[in-house]
Amino acid sequence: MSTYLDISQISIDFPTKTGPFRALEKVDLKIARGEFISLIGHSGCGKSTVLNIVAGLYQATEGAVVLESKEVNQPGPDRAVVFQNHSLFPWLTVYQNVELAVKQVFKGRKSKAEIRHWVEYNLGLVQMSHASHKLPGEISGGMKQRVGIARALAMEPKVLLMDEPFGALDALTRAHLQDALMEIQAELNNTVILITHDVDEAVLLSDRIVMMTNGPAATVGEILSIDLPRPRERLTLADNVDYNHYRAAVLTFLHQKQAKSDHKASTKKPHELRLADTNKPAEVALKKATGA
Amino acid sequence: MLKQNTLHYLSVAGFRWMVPVIKLAFWENPREQGQEIVRLIALPLFAILVFLAIWSTAASKIDTSLGSFPGPGVVASAASGLYQEHLAEREKAEAFYQRQEDRNKVKLAKNPDAEVKIRDYTGKPTYFDQIFTSLITVFTGFLVASIIAIPIGIACGLSPLLNTAIAPIIQILKPVSPLAWLPLVTMVVSAVYVSDDPAFSKSFINSAITVTLYCMWPTLINTAVGVANIDKDLINVGRVIQLGWFTQVTKIAIPAALPMIFTGLRISLGIGWMVLIAAEMLAQNPGLGKFVWDEFQNGSSESLARIMVAVVTIGFIGFILDSFMHTLHKMIAHDDAGA
Repeated sequence: MSTYLDISQISIDFPTKTGPFRALEKVDLKIARGEFISLIGHSGCGKSTVLNIVAGLYQATEGAVVLESKEVNQPGPDRAVVFQNHSLFPWLTVYQNVELAVKQVFKGRKSKAEIRHWVEYNLGLVQMSHASHKLPGEISGGMKQRVGIARALAMEPKVLLMDEPFGALDALTRAHLQDALMEIQAELNNTVILITHDVDEAVLLSDRIVMMTNGPAATVGEILSIDLPRPRERLTLADNVDYNHYRAAVLTFLHQKQAKSDHKASTKKPHELRLADTNKPAEVALKKATGA
Repeated sequence: MLKQNTLHYLSVAGFRWMVPVIKLAFWENPREQGQEIVRLIALPLFAILVFLAIWSTAASKIDTSLGSFPGPGVVASAASGLYQEHLAEREKAEAFYQRQEDRNKVKLAKNPDAEVKIRDYTGKPTYFDQIFTSLITVFTGFLVASIIAIPIGIACGLSPLLNTAIAPIIQILKPVSPLAWLPLVTMVVSAVYVSDDPAFSKSFINSAITVTLYCMWPTLINTAVGVANIDKDLINVGRVIQLGWFTQVTKIAIPAALPMIFTGLRISLGIGWMVLIAAEMLAQNPGLGKFVWDEFQNGSSESLARIMVAVVTIGFIGFILDSFMHTLHKMIAHDDAGA
């Protein structure tokens, strides 16, 4: 496996009143071209921070991000980001939102007609052509997120970064968008880093799931390769033994190895964490998941 | 479609009460329209009638040295009196110019090379002239204030350092009543603005600057807050697509802050109008304020009624200005501002 994107030993400190706070400690991850990676972990564990460093929006205190043998430390369209709350400009129509990015990224490289064609093509990819003249305020949350994805795809990124893109959506809409994303992925074969806290989503979409330990000084805990054949079908997978095995593995990691009691856990080092007394709900979830 | 557009524009322009009337004309769900008409038209109309009744009763019980306080009827006839005076004055002006022209014609007939002049009519300004002067003044002051305040506000919003630096100055200048500035403005203008053929009268400039000094602040502060509080993700989108600094400001910062900027402008114009009337009264600068003061000094039996006409006019114009800004806001900015 040749490394396309190398997240190399990155650590980050945030300044606080009581001195620097180490949010990430030596996060190390090598990603191949066309790979779909999910980052999963409890909230506050620094998943988004990793993504923001790759995007260039934050600077790592130590370590580096290397994309195609070049270090990146500035934001750029080669690492397009899909933000959790869609982040469309409310005063621009769906079409104009995508167009703004396309015009800026392909300045001098595409003619007017090519730009129009490219915007329309990408809106077509996410099935939003019918709403191109609408304002973000006039369409649903799921549709907004589709447009956010179209805008990111339209930048022709080397790596597509998605920060809990479906987190704010209802379950049905989320399922629709996951299917749409899988279809697009089958066609474009992008390199993707997806942040999620949804175990099903991670197993369904990913080639590998990167599980992060709890902060502070969060780092990569385990990496799980998902060897399920594509295309994947959520209904048939529900009874698939491998699928449930992967699900259980992720759940075990999240609810036992990295169980997070309501307080104190965040101040413990990962190796100090033990099975808490209060993790009954987690066990129940696990039993359900494994069919035990 | 045409009907839909018309209805939409009426609601945007603050004529929502006309919507059910038009729908009724198309016989669209007449029962519902009837209820709407009662709610949007009959109810406010009833409240106005009650108000007029209270005013009328109360007025007849108040006796001043200038006679009893004017009730609605007296005020209405004073208003029509002012309109008649306006017409009479216009006729006089026309006659004045006509006389000059006739005289010049005669002169030119006698001697084609004769120099002819048309002198300006210098009759006293009518009530409508005063309204016009006030409106021009408030818009000038407001425009100057906006031209100064919006860029400074944007700069403050973009740069926390600049904001911290000038915040104390703004906080101290903001609560100063513009009337305290008025003597200083008057002195400075008469010292600095010296011209043989002034394009604007000094009194006009005094009033406009006073308005500017007061209505700068809401716009400035709202703009700064609006720009400073732009959704961070929107800025990050700009960073990811690598917008230049200038494009970042024009394509993201300004449109995102537009609703706040408009809120500031609307407050500014409202208080600008209030301040202008006070400044005109105090400085004897032409306008509605001067009209009120002159009537007060005049002290005739009609004065109080004429002042009441001015009060109602000031209120109506303030209301129209506010609706105008509200409509502009709805048309330009992207959010749905409430009433």
